[in-house]
Amino acid sequence: MSDLESFRTELRTFLENETPKEIRGQLGPDAAYWGGRNPELHHPEAKRYCEIMASRGLTAPTWPKEYGGGGLSREEAKVLDQELGRLRLPPPLTGFGLQMIGPTLLQFGTEEQKQEHIPPIVRGEIRWCQGYSEPNAGSDLASVQAGAVIDGDEITLNGQKIWTSYGDKSDWMFALTRTDSQVKKQMGITFLLLDMDQPGVEARPIKLISGASPFCETFFENAKAHTRNIINGLGGGWTVAKALLGHERNMIGNVFGGGAPRGDKGGPPKNPLAELARQYLGEADGRLSDPSIRDRVTAVSMDHRAFLLTMQRNADNLKAGHRPGPESSIFKIYGTELNQRREELMLSIRGPQAVGWETPGFSQEELDQTRAWLRSRGNTIEGGTSEIQLNIIAKRVLELPD
Amino acid sequence: MQLILDEDQTMLAQTAGAFFNEHSPISRFRALRDGDDSRRYSLELYRQMAELGWTAIPFSEADGGLGLGLASMIVVTEAAGRTLAPEPLLESVMMAGQALSLAGNAAQKERWLTPLIAGESVLALAHSEPASRYDLSRIELQASADGDGYRLQGRKLHVLGGAQADAFVVAARSAGQAGEREGISLFIVPADAAGVKVQAQGRVDSRNAAILELESVRVDGDALLGELGAGHGVLETAIDRATVALCGEMLGGMNAAFEMTLDYLKERKQFDTVIGTFQALKHRAARMFIELELARSVAMAAARALDAENGHADPQARSLVSLAKAKLSEAYCLIANEAVQMHGGIGMTDEHDIGFYMKRARASEMTFGDAAFHRDRFASLGGY
Repeated sequence: MSDLESFRTELRTFLENETPKEIRGQLGPDAAYWGGRNPELHHPEAKRYCEIMASRGLTAPTWPKEYGGGGLSREEAKVLDQELGRLRLPPPLTGFGLQMIGPTLLQFGTEEQKQEHIPPIVRGEIRWCQGYSEPNAGSDLASVQAGAVIDGDEITLNGQKIWTSYGDKSDWMFALTRTDSQVKKQMGITFLLLDMDQPGVEARPIKLISGASPFCETFFENAKAHTRNIINGLGGGWTVAKALLGHERNMIGNVFGGGAPRGDKGGPPKNPLAELARQYLGEADGRLSDPSIRDRVTAVSMDHRAFLLTMQRNADNLKAGHRPGPESSIFKIYGTELNQRREELMLSIRGPQAVGWETPGFSQEELDQTRAWLRSRGNTIEGGTSEIQLNIIAKRVLELPD
Repeated sequence: MQLILDEDQTMLAQTAGAFFNEHSPISRFRALRDGDDSRRYSLELYRQMAELGWTAIPFSEADGGLGLGLASMIVVTEAAGRTLAPEPLLESVMMAGQALSLAGNAAQKERWLTPLIAGESVLALAHSEPASRYDLSRIELQASADGDGYRLQGRKLHVLGGAQADAFVVAARSAGQAGEREGISLFIVPADAAGVKVQAQGRVDSRNAAILELESVRVDGDALLGELGAGHGVLETAIDRATVALCGEMLGGMNAAFEMTLDYLKERKQFDTVIGTFQALKHRAARMFIELELARSVAMAAARALDAENGHADPQARSLVSLAKAKLSEAYCLIANEAVQMHGGIGMTDEHDIGFYMKRARASEMTFGDAAFHRDRFASLGGY
C-alpha cells in the first residue's frame, strides 16, 4: 500500500469513529463554524467537531505542525477533502484567521508571533476581523488615518474603521494604522494586531440594503495594543496589507468558482439556472419557453464554465511548478461580476416573485434569493472594487504607465 | 484534462512562432491580398510546413499522421493566426482532410489523404450553400445514381480554400430533403472533372474561398466517401474539429491585435502624455485582457475534449466546442473593434495593419457558426 493509501485508510477510520455523526450533512455556508471566545453554534456539535479535528491539525491541514497545523502535503490535503466529502462532513472551521491573517503571519510573522497567534487560530479559539477600510480610505486604502502612538511597549490607538466584517462577533483585529504622517502615505502604515475585548474598542453593526448586518463601524478611543504585535516592523505595514489582500481576493474568487454541475449517469449535467427557468417559465418542444431567458441562461452558464476552466488552467499551471500566470489577476473581478449577472438573471426568471421582502406571498427560497441579489451588489466593491482590479491588471500585467 | 502545454507543445509553439515571423509576417499577407493570384497563399511555403510535420499533426499514425491531436494543432494555428498566414492548414488539413480521415476507405486514403498530408495536394470541403447558413443538414446539392456512379448537380458557396484546390469533398443530398440529417452523402470530386466550375470569391478578410458549381458532374462509385446517406455525422465531426482549429487561429489573431494596441497605447501621445495613462483606455484594455484569458482556457479545453473522444460524438466535448466558438467569436470581435477605436484615425486607413484583424475577426465569427448559433447549440446539448 502506498503512503498515500495508508494515510487515507487511517484518516477514514479516524473520521468515521471519532467525529460526531450528527454533524454529517451540515454543509451549507449558513452552517459554517467560525469559532471564537463566544462561538455561534448553528449545530450543537459544531464546536466539539472543530476541536476533534483541530487535535490533529485538520482545521488547517497544510499549515506546519509546529504551529498546530496538519502538516499535510498537497496530495494528502486532497485526500482529506475527498474523505470529508465521502462522509458529507463539513469543513470544521472557517473565518478570517484561517483564510487571511494566518497565511499572512506564516509569511511575515516572527517566530514568537507565530507561536502566540497561529495555534489559537487552528483550534478555533480566536475569531479575527479585518480593520482595513476607513470612511476616507476605501479604494484609496493607503490613506488610512487611525493613529497609533507608541510609548515604550504600549500602543494607543484612536480613530475609526468601517466595513469591519463581523466586527461585533470577533475577538481580535488585524488593523492598518497610521504611525507616521510625515512620509509618503504607504510608508507610514503599521500592521497591528489587537484584542477587541477592551473598553477602548466599540463595534457597531451597519444595516445593509439586504437587511442584514454583516459589517460594522469600529471605533477606537485610546484602545491599547502591545508593540510585540506589530507585524513586519514599524512602518512596514503596506507590504503586509497588499499580501493579505492577495489572499482575500483568492478567497473571494474561489467562492464564485464553485463546482461545475455534474450529470447523473452520463446524462447532460443539470444546469441549476435552466432548472429554475423550467420551474418558473415552463418548456416548449423540450426547450425553455422564453427564448430571451434561454439565451441569458446559456450565456451565464457558458461564462461560468469558461471561468472554471480558467481557474483550472491556473491550478494546472501551479501544479506543474510554474509561477502564477497573469490569468490569476482576473478571478476577483470576473467571479464577482459573474455572480451579479447570475443573481440578476435569477430575478428575471422569478419575475414578480423576485420582489418579496417578507412572508406571506413569497417562498423562503424566493425571499432568500432577493436578499442574496442585494448582497451580491457588494461583491464588486469589497476586497478591492472592480475599478481597482482593472487598475491592477492595467499596471501590473499590461504595464500601462501611470 | 490538463490545461497546460507539455514540453513538446511548448517547443512547437516556439518553432511555429519563429517560422511565421520569419516567413510570413503580416506584410506578406498584404502583398498576397494585393496580388492577382486567386490562390492567395504559397504552395512552396505550405510544403515547408508539411516538411516540418504540421500538416500531419491531427491525423492518426494509421493514416500516416503524427497522432498529436488538436491540442498540438491549435498551437500551430494560433501562431499562423497571429500573422494571418494564409496557407490552408484549416481548409485542407482540418476540413477536407478530417472528412477523408473519418470516412475514407483504404484506397481513398491512399489516393487523396496521403498526398494531402504530404502537402502535395490541397483539398477543400464544400458544404455551405446559399440557404444553409450554419446548418449542416440544409444540403440541397443533388446526388443521383447514374449506373455504378453518381451525378452531382448544384452550387456551393464559401468553399474555404477552394480557389485552385486540387479536389473537393462535396456534401450532397442523395435522399430526403434540406434540413434532414439522413440522406446526406459525401463525394470526392477532382477539380478537373467535366462540369466543375470554380470561381474565386472575394471576401472582406481576403481568405481563399470559392463558389463551386457542379453541372451534371459524373463521378464513379468509388468517389462516395463513407456510407450513402450517412454523411451528416462525418460532416459534423469534421466541422467541429475544424472549428477548434479555427479557434486557435482566432486566439492568435486577437492576441496579435491586442499586443499591437497595447504598444500603441504606450507610444501614442496626446495632451502631452502617452494615451495609455488614461484610465478610460486602461480599463478597457484590462477588460480585453480578461476576455483573452478566458478565450485561451476554452480553446485549450475544447481541443483536449475532442482529442479524448473515442470514435463517437461525446455531447460534453461538443458543448465545449460550442463554448469555445461562442467565446472566441465575441472576444475577437470585441478586441478588434476596440483595437481600431484605440488606434483612432490611423486604424481606419488601409495602410495600417490593424484593420486586417477586424475584417478577419468578423469573417471568423461567421465561419462554422456565430456566437448566437453556438449558444443555441450549447443549450440544446445541455438539455434545455
